[in-house]
Amino acid sequence: MKTIQINKATEQFLQVQPSHTSFSELRKAGLEILEHVGLPHFKEEEYKFTAISKKIEQQIKDYRPATSLTLTADQVDQALFNGFEGDIVVFNNGKFEPSLSKVSNEGYTLSSLQESSSSLLGSIANAEADPFVALNNLFFENGVSIKVLKGSQVQKPIFILHFNQAQGGQAIHSRVLIEVEEQAEVTLLENTISLDQDVYFSNTVTEVKVGSNAHAHYYRLQNENRQAIVANNFVTDIHRSATFTTVATQLSGDMLRNNLSLNLLDAGCEGNMYGLYLLNGKTHVDNHTNVDHTKPHADSNELYKGILADSSRGVFNGKIFVRQDAQKTNAFQQNNNILLSEDAIINTKPQLEIWADDVKCSHGCTTGQLDEEALFYLQARGIGKDQARGLLLYAFAGEVLDHIAYEPFKAYCIEMVQERLGTQF
Amino acid sequence: MLSIKNLHASIEGTPILRGINLEVKPGEVHAIMGPNGSGKSTLASVLAGREEYEVTEGSVNFLGKDLLDLAPEDRAREGVFLAFQYPVEIPGVSSTNFLRTAVNQVREYRGLEPLDAVKFLSEMKEKMKLVEIDQKLLSRALNEGFSGGEKKRNEIFQMAMLEPKLAILDETDSGLDIDALRVVSNGVNKLKSNENATIVVTHYQRLLDYIVPDYVHVLYKGRIVKSGTKELALELEEKGYDWIKEEVDAAV
Repeated sequence: MKTIQINKATEQFLQVQPSHTSFSELRKAGLEILEHVGLPHFKEEEYKFTAISKKIEQQIKDYRPATSLTLTADQVDQALFNGFEGDIVVFNNGKFEPSLSKVSNEGYTLSSLQESSSSLLGSIANAEADPFVALNNLFFENGVSIKVLKGSQVQKPIFILHFNQAQGGQAIHSRVLIEVEEQAEVTLLENTISLDQDVYFSNTVTEVKVGSNAHAHYYRLQNENRQAIVANNFVTDIHRSATFTTVATQLSGDMLRNNLSLNLLDAGCEGNMYGLYLLNGKTHVDNHTNVDHTKPHADSNELYKGILADSSRGVFNGKIFVRQDAQKTNAFQQNNNILLSEDAIINTKPQLEIWADDVKCSHGCTTGQLDEEALFYLQARGIGKDQARGLLLYAFAGEVLDHIAYEPFKAYCIEMVQERLGTQF
Repeated sequence: MLSIKNLHASIEGTPILRGINLEVKPGEVHAIMGPNGSGKSTLASVLAGREEYEVTEGSVNFLGKDLLDLAPEDRAREGVFLAFQYPVEIPGVSSTNFLRTAVNQVREYRGLEPLDAVKFLSEMKEKMKLVEIDQKLLSRALNEGFSGGEKKRNEIFQMAMLEPKLAILDETDSGLDIDALRVVSNGVNKLKSNENATIVVTHYQRLLDYIVPDYVHVLYKGRIVKSGTKELALELEEKGYDWIKEEVDAAV
């Protein structure tokens, strides 16, 4: 039944699209997958804790891309944070908005996807791995392609800023493609601003290629409105001796599903994934991460931490594949959770599949409550209970944020996390 | 200063303290001794406000206030300090930040201006000498990875910074070698004045060679069954606790 809905939307959508574009193949393949499998059902293993498709079917009336908003430069300014200096890439309900973006093209080139017609598009994120990628392939309109030029160190960060407000429960399909060429380095930031409190479905796909000896840092904030439904697919190919680090801070939304995959494609490369989810109310955040070690001497590190209050729910699923060729792999994974309420739930599952025989892999997960003994210790030194709780929770959470190497963004995240810990828990 | 009257306390329904009476005046040092399980640490915990213990009867008056009515942090702000038997390791909280927060919250409660960073650091340097604690230790997370001796030293250092009116040392000697014991005791002695009082909870007499008590009380089955001067401690060291147990048990 869901495919009927998609079919109708597709028909209407394709009618207004130019008859032949470079995306036609991608859209066609996307449609085929959706016709075949539809959106993931919660009875499927991968989605068993997160009935996101059901939510979408109930609340989203139209899968077609939402119409553009009237955005002002003031709104963009307000979304910046203290100390930020860099370029800005604005998305307006999922579409690249050049007029409000600030693009220096220093050390990189930015173009809309329509202009770039990069053959990489759609080749990193596999639409067969997740139907939401197929859905994005089908409906994205115009995203951006950022190419960091060979050997260039981009000094200032590039801030990708999404403005979302889909009246009447529409869908938003942002698409980002990033190619960091050999020996280049770049820092990217990403945030989403919900302009009102109404429901929307944001279905984003980000594809990143980190070329040989290149370094990329990607810091994301998810602090969307209380009704936002988000499916986020983020896939990175990491090449020889390259490094990629991502830090995600997740604070709000109705239901967020993040699929994060790192493909370690060659020797000597490194992939790091850090995440903090600080949830309250009824927010449901599902982080599915996936690291694929395919060649020898590559490292991966993963640390996800969660603090869950009220009747919030967290899901963590961490897959690590170590292929037969990937000898001398170091792969570490850790997931720690604090539950602050009896109604909060965490489902955590490490999943390691190792075919190589000379590797170091470890994983661990913990779930507990706030350490009462530590709380008493702080109180016994004169620190008030609320502040003592805040101190302890921040001590737990801060370890994740410490991995943000761009100080102003780190300070911004810390400020938001501390505000949450001070007032809402 | 401290007046404990007929104090009864229990944990999960099991009575531990069964009628403690104790008067402590400024300038005095009281030692609480007793065999394992007699309620020594419970007494210390109840005074500091640990929530697991339920006070079922009796009263505790501290400088004119009903101590049992106060939250743990307010007891600390009023001037009660508990040196923990097992100081808690708190990863991610820096010793310095923690202490500055504590000192300034106590100062705020007492109507004093907060210490700025410069004043706080000079105060810290001065007090660090007192307990011979290394700066490096304080740049680490609170108690994390500290040795037993370092933790106890850090307790006394915190006590020096917070300048309590009543210090309760809960088995501060446990796990200390003789050098550490001397350093810790020196710290305590230097902090002693006519204005403040100390309660030393200990199983062994050894600590009392360094921190000389004015009074020694023996706790057994949740009551103070014998009080005396420092000679009582020596007698206990020599004869053990059995003769007191027998005396008490015979009387029951």
